[in-house]
Amino acid sequence: MSDFLALTLAEARDGLYRRDFTARELADAYIEAMAAARALNAYCAETPERALAMAAAADQALAAGNAGPLAGIPLGIKDLFCTKDVLSQASSRILEGFKPRYESTVTANLWRDGAVMLGKTAMDEFAMGSSTETAVTGPVTNPWRGEGSNKNLVPGGSSGGSSAAVAAKIALGATGTDTGGSIRQPAAFTGTVGIKPTYGRCSRWGIIAFASSLDQAGPIARTVRDAAILLKSMAGHDPKDSTSINAPVPDFEAALSGDIRGLKVGIPKEYHTTQMPAEIEALWQQGIAWLKDAGAKIVDVSLPHTQYALATYYIVAPAEASSNLARYDGVRYGLRVNNGGGLHDMYAKTRAAGFGKEVKRRILIGTYVLSAGYYDAYYLKAQQVRTLIARDFAEAFKKVDVLLTPTAPSSAFGIGETTDPIAMYLNDVFTVPASLAGLPAMSLPAGLDKAGLPLGLQLIGKVLDEETVIKVGGVIERAAGFAAQPKPWWRS
Amino acid sequence: MAKLIEGATGRWEVVIGMEVHAQVSSNAKLFSGASATYGAEPNSQVSFVDAAMPGMLPVINEECIRQAVRTGLALGAEINLYSVFDRKNYFYADLPQGYQISQFKHPIVGHGRVTIEVEGESREVGITRLHLEQDAGKSLHDQHPSLTYVDLNRSGVALMEIVSEPDMRSSEEAGAYLKKLRTILRYIGSCDGNMEEGSMRADVNVSVRRPGEPLGTRCEIKNVNSVRFLQQAIEYEARRQIDIIEDGGKIDQETRLFDAAKGETRSMRSKEEAHDYRYFPDPDLLPLKLAQAWVDEVAKTLPELPDAKRDRFVADLGLTPYNASVLVAEKESAAYFEAVLAELTAVSGKPAREVATQVANWVAGDLFGALNKAGKSIENSPVSAHNFAQLQKLMVDGQISGRIAKEVFEHMLATGDEPAKIVAEKGLVQVSDSAAIAAIIDEVLAENADKVAEYRSGKDKLFGFFVGQVMKKTQGKANPQLVNEALKAKLAG
Repeated sequence: MSDFLALTLAEARDGLYRRDFTARELADAYIEAMAAARALNAYCAETPERALAMAAAADQALAAGNAGPLAGIPLGIKDLFCTKDVLSQASSRILEGFKPRYESTVTANLWRDGAVMLGKTAMDEFAMGSSTETAVTGPVTNPWRGEGSNKNLVPGGSSGGSSAAVAAKIALGATGTDTGGSIRQPAAFTGTVGIKPTYGRCSRWGIIAFASSLDQAGPIARTVRDAAILLKSMAGHDPKDSTSINAPVPDFEAALSGDIRGLKVGIPKEYHTTQMPAEIEALWQQGIAWLKDAGAKIVDVSLPHTQYALATYYIVAPAEASSNLARYDGVRYGLRVNNGGGLHDMYAKTRAAGFGKEVKRRILIGTYVLSAGYYDAYYLKAQQVRTLIARDFAEAFKKVDVLLTPTAPSSAFGIGETTDPIAMYLNDVFTVPASLAGLPAMSLPAGLDKAGLPLGLQLIGKVLDEETVIKVGGVIERAAGFAAQPKPWWRS
Repeated sequence: MAKLIEGATGRWEVVIGMEVHAQVSSNAKLFSGASATYGAEPNSQVSFVDAAMPGMLPVINEECIRQAVRTGLALGAEINLYSVFDRKNYFYADLPQGYQISQFKHPIVGHGRVTIEVEGESREVGITRLHLEQDAGKSLHDQHPSLTYVDLNRSGVALMEIVSEPDMRSSEEAGAYLKKLRTILRYIGSCDGNMEEGSMRADVNVSVRRPGEPLGTRCEIKNVNSVRFLQQAIEYEARRQIDIIEDGGKIDQETRLFDAAKGETRSMRSKEEAHDYRYFPDPDLLPLKLAQAWVDEVAKTLPELPDAKRDRFVADLGLTPYNASVLVAEKESAAYFEAVLAELTAVSGKPAREVATQVANWVAGDLFGALNKAGKSIENSPVSAHNFAQLQKLMVDGQISGRIAKEVFEHMLATGDEPAKIVAEKGLVQVSDSAAIAAIIDEVLAENADKVAEYRSGKDKLFGFFVGQVMKKTQGKANPQLVNEALKAKLAG
């Protein structure tokens, strides 16, 4: 069977369960495709031996009739997840050579359910970025190119290795993490589906921390159903994470009933920004029309504090990061630069050499906003605004069941094109508010822009109501009939 | 009345406040499951959390919360049902996370008080707050000529920081406060109070002023680990500050270290060099919310506290305040005393109040004296509470005299044997046979006919002489009461 790569995750799962083919065959196909796609630089570590061993175990379980729901499904794992005995560096030089002796809860859940690890996917260093250009292993290239163009584009970020791998069909699905949009924006840039679940839905234990109050793991996949299947395995209460929510994990796939009649969909007026390209605005209107056609009620809502979300985010996230990244000091693991100049000299040299420019910028911003005399004006104020932003959503959700917005204000841009950090931060303008409020949100491909590049729509749900997000996503997916695929220019 | 210090230009008052770090008695650390026992091989009690490995998260150890609440209750303090863990950020090699998890704005325990007694006068020292925090690891500078080694066994161990008001006015009061705090913690078992192992350490704030004037600039002396050092450090520091001011200088607010070898404090860092800790709520931990009903349940687990016990000893058992204070100063000695008293009242059938003073005198006097001399603590006393009670019973029953009891007690200290065995082996049973005693008295009177005549002519002070002679002949075993009665009768003729 030559067309393994064309199968969706749900199709592959069903085929494996029917024993139409083996996990080994599937793994072989993906290992070959992964190796042939190194031009994309999506993987920062390939683990083919582990993939084959896991596939063999999956085949045994399938034969024995005790296979888990993801038996034999080959996945890419974002480098932010600690994976036992496998390089886990957050794509940073400071974690050079770091192989944890433990497995993150989310990946352990995936392996428990039979999934197969293909390797680690590159990301913006410490998940700080929207383009995956800052990985220590070099920028990741988006499989998509503009119509008739040879220009290399970014895959979004920070989960750009994951989004590129899924779009290029060198992984059947992938894990991502989303702090301010790091799953949703790369999904939008690569024509894939990405879900950032409710904060606390997936355990953060074993995920290298960026901003603890915002970080949340989620899947990137080809279809809404695939993402729902992955999320089901990834999610669940974990006593090792004090912020993990103790709530039952529903069968997300079962939410795909296709029936949204009477459902109220909110359209937040503050997301109509003047800078937004007309075609994104048009796609949004198209999405509204699709949902109306499917029987949903469209309701205009207001989220008045939206304009402060980005500024709030860029205070809270760096503040937490400045503290979270203090442990990378050269003392216990990772990079150490020591010229015998004493402890402080070692700290300074190690961190100067180990962290990239954007990470340093955020550590400095975070240190500044927490400093005596500035705390009240920045960090405390930002926390207050964050509360107001969450309240905006709570008010809106008294009237509606789900919100529909664009995911990002543009399609994928060229590698090296965005050098101004503020311009880069603006990529997150539509995704950050839901992050600050801890709400579940999904990006799914809804169309192409004039250049032939994918554009995404975002659905935002109530706390712990991923099911409605997934249900509505399924309806848009069917209406959009998004079937475009990147041309495999990268295959060697 | 506060003790004042004589300076060259007049008298000065020293003002003292203290921050005591007390290690919570718990099997596990504050936020990880690693063991918190003292003295293990370096780096053998370190979890991934304690070593701050990437992606590791803290989870609150409920036992530590329970002990902090019990301590708060024992200090008569407000328990805050809502408290928050913050990060205190600074870099050091033995601080793996690059921050210490502590409580800054919202501590778990608020205002309370401790009553201290100095020279017979009691005073209250206010408690500002108690909060929970992680201990750091330990830097070992003496393992290698040019490198520093780090032992993370202590990293993450739960500490209670107990902050007092600046209510103490002398080194004696400061010492009494630290001792009293230690007693309370040991009573409730929230800290073993072992200062040598570092389970309790004090940072002490010292300033001086002219009586009645506003507070002076304070210096903080870090990590003092015994009551003696505490008092020395305060004495030295107060004198240093007075000398500076009297010489026309001014005190710089700073952190100082006490050098126990030299008996002096010296500057560690100035206020300008102080860290900016960038406190903020730890986003890995949700605010800690306690239910009042849970706090009420915890309160029920508190034992009788030293002050209450002392008052009860005085009021119900009729002990002197001095004896009562001595007995309650250590949880174990109070327990010993109560065990002896309980057994004695059970076996002798006498009410506790009737025998308590005798037992208290013996425990606080003879036993403590002997233990002190032998350098032993009550926990490894060679005389068990049971044997001690048996000894008391022999006296109460009149089987041995107090004098014989002291002799028996000496043997018990040396051998740990039961008193009955010693009495039997050494033939120390009291002679209570009236006929035998009468015979001996007759002997004594016959041998001392001249003294009998003197006595009968009014020199009744000689009565003691006759008693002594009888006792001598019986090697002290004659029942003194019977001897007295019989002698009186015979001498009266």
